[in-house]
Amino acid sequence: MHFHLTDEQQALSDMVQRFLAQEYGFEARRKILRSPEGWSREIWARLGEMGLLSLQVPEEHGGMAPATVETLVTLGAMGRALVVEPYLSSAVLGTALVRELGTPAQRKALLPGMATGELVAVVAHGEADARHDLSRVSTSARRVGAGWILEGRKAVVLHAPAADVLLVTARTSGAPDAEDGLSVFAVSAGTPGVGLVPYPTIDGQRGADVTLSGVELPGEALLGEEGKAFPALSAAFDLGVAALCAEAVGVLQATLDATTEYTRTRKQFGVPIARFQALQHRMADMLMHVEQARSMSYLSAMHAASGDVRERRRIVSAAKVTVGQACRYVGQQAVQLHGGMGVTDELMVSHCFKRLMAIELSLGDTEHHLERFITESK
Amino acid sequence: MDLKFTPEEQRFRDEVRAFLESSLPAAMRHKVLEGLHVPPEDTVEWHRILFRKGWGGPNWPVEFGGTGWDPVRQYIFEEECAAAGTPRLLPFGLKMVGPVIQRFGNAAQQARFLPRILSAEDWWCQGYSEPEAGSDLASLRTLAVRQGDHYLVNGQKTWITLAQHADWIFCLVRTDRTGKAQAGISFLLIDMRTPGVTVRPIVMLDGGHEVNEVWFEDVKVPVENLVGEENKGWTYAKFLLGHERANIAGIGTSKRELARLTLIASRERKHGRPLSDDPLFASRLAQVEIDLMALEITNLRVLSAEAEKRAPGPEASLLKIKGTEIQQALTELMVQAVGPYALPFRIEALEDGFAGPPVGPGYAAPLAATYCNMRKASIYGGSNEIQKNIITQMILGL
Repeated sequence: MHFHLTDEQQALSDMVQRFLAQEYGFEARRKILRSPEGWSREIWARLGEMGLLSLQVPEEHGGMAPATVETLVTLGAMGRALVVEPYLSSAVLGTALVRELGTPAQRKALLPGMATGELVAVVAHGEADARHDLSRVSTSARRVGAGWILEGRKAVVLHAPAADVLLVTARTSGAPDAEDGLSVFAVSAGTPGVGLVPYPTIDGQRGADVTLSGVELPGEALLGEEGKAFPALSAAFDLGVAALCAEAVGVLQATLDATTEYTRTRKQFGVPIARFQALQHRMADMLMHVEQARSMSYLSAMHAASGDVRERRRIVSAAKVTVGQACRYVGQQAVQLHGGMGVTDELMVSHCFKRLMAIELSLGDTEHHLERFITESK
Repeated sequence: MDLKFTPEEQRFRDEVRAFLESSLPAAMRHKVLEGLHVPPEDTVEWHRILFRKGWGGPNWPVEFGGTGWDPVRQYIFEEECAAAGTPRLLPFGLKMVGPVIQRFGNAAQQARFLPRILSAEDWWCQGYSEPEAGSDLASLRTLAVRQGDHYLVNGQKTWITLAQHADWIFCLVRTDRTGKAQAGISFLLIDMRTPGVTVRPIVMLDGGHEVNEVWFEDVKVPVENLVGEENKGWTYAKFLLGHERANIAGIGTSKRELARLTLIASRERKHGRPLSDDPLFASRLAQVEIDLMALEITNLRVLSAEAEKRAPGPEASLLKIKGTEIQQALTELMVQAVGPYALPFRIEALEDGFAGPPVGPGYAAPLAATYCNMRKASIYGGSNEIQKNIITQMILGL
């Protein structure tokens, strides 16, 4: 048992951190956030050149999968820099879903482009009534001749405006919450009947609600087998949660660092406020949350690709609970300890706070995962 | 990164498990698993069983008669012992004074004291705290004045765990009252049978007699019982604290108690259904289970850093805080689980073989006392607030 990185992994980690330190500072990031698209295709291309978009792509399609630890360190660095590009959405979730579900031809059509960054593919899954329930899908797909017609509405699809391809989940049979009967369709952006209501999210990323009205698709748009997508969807989301936890640890560490730094320099009553024990103990509590989150991020990464589905779900959910609670505590206390400056847009801390808030709510919130942990532990 | 135990470590675990299966007396095991009173004779006997196996010093290097196990093997050993329900090994000799004598004692002290710790011939206790020196340990006032070939010791120590059974006490004493408080402290080994040593019991909130006051009145301690150098005792004490805290997370015991809590929750009823199905209770139980899962990994992170030859660092403070919070949460939930039957308090029911009329389920009898008793966990070994000070200073550098 050991927790250190190999030399190659360390080199990768150093490379990503160096790149982001140079290219993704606070002001550079602000500029990206304010751009019309809200993300940088140039940064994205550079991530592709560095091979970072191919970590979940199998070797035969130009990638390095399985590269779990590499994904972990990459996302950790991205968390630190609050990267808003669709890394988790496309390079992790989208890639994993295509990899797990696609036929050889579909994989060949999509994965090489995703590995280089030429193609962005995001999963359009959530629906308003489903909350975080992964199997509750009422968007429907019905067979018409050799093709399909999709009807429905997808809620809060992160990075949908950036996507060249939407990987849309739809029900081809079964009750609204049945695991059986779920299918995934690869829908090119701009397909007639696909409408986007785009918006920024609170943490500065971009998303959209996606309407599907009479969307006609060819037969080969169905990814893999009809009605059997749930296991792959669940596996991809669990990998996504583990990756999100890794990102969270990066954000958490950056938030804690910003807070200790701020309290060391901010003076009141003639001394740095870091001297006050009430604040010190708060920061000790923050550190404990960060370290417990880091531990669970490691554990979930090690189980994210496990064949033992029940254990995978248990561990991943336990990790998301730990991380979600850390996000809440560390984010809130960091703002509090920054005082008035904490509630301005001017410092890193409020941006960290909003990302931590979004992470807590993404891919199943704390309550959802606590409930799933209980269910899977029975 | 690899979170799996190696095949050798797995085999080691199997070996430990098989040994415990064959060598842990059933009566001892029963008392530990049911939360009953474990008499000191059981503790000593368990030490000797391990000693005969060659495992008397699970955390000691081979040169001093220990097993030479690395931190991961020590962890596995402790985890298996906890799961099997062995009496707790006395930490005072093995984890406290033993490592100090090994590191700072002279050859004569090592030859005299260490073998008797391994064989459990000597029961040690720790003389640190004083009525006016708790968290502020360096302000201690028990005085040792050098007079020829001995020190004359006067003063009072308190919260001395199990001193009523002890043969020896290791003490921090003041040998210099000038200068900085930390700089005038020495580390003395004192025979509890020396004239002038008095032990007075302190009865705790659970009715138990676990800790004591120890008084020293003109106690003559031979100079050869000074460990290391005079006035360097604070350094040795800090070394010791690092070792004590490194094992304080109590993961193995908490795992066992979590399993017991889960079992109790499945037998208790609420709204005519098992308590374990109650969403409110289940979520509190799950929260502790998840916290424990995370702490286990944090503990392994600290251990593997230690195995890579880095001394137990301030991270140990984190293990102490979270570990004791979990231990306390478990006792709290157990009390909650049995409801009103947590209230009957019959000390005699905590003895093995109690034959009085049953009151409530058998497992309920010790729960309230254990809950009360475990309030100590966040206070001893450096209170959790002191641990936060350490984190603040040593890790966050504030």
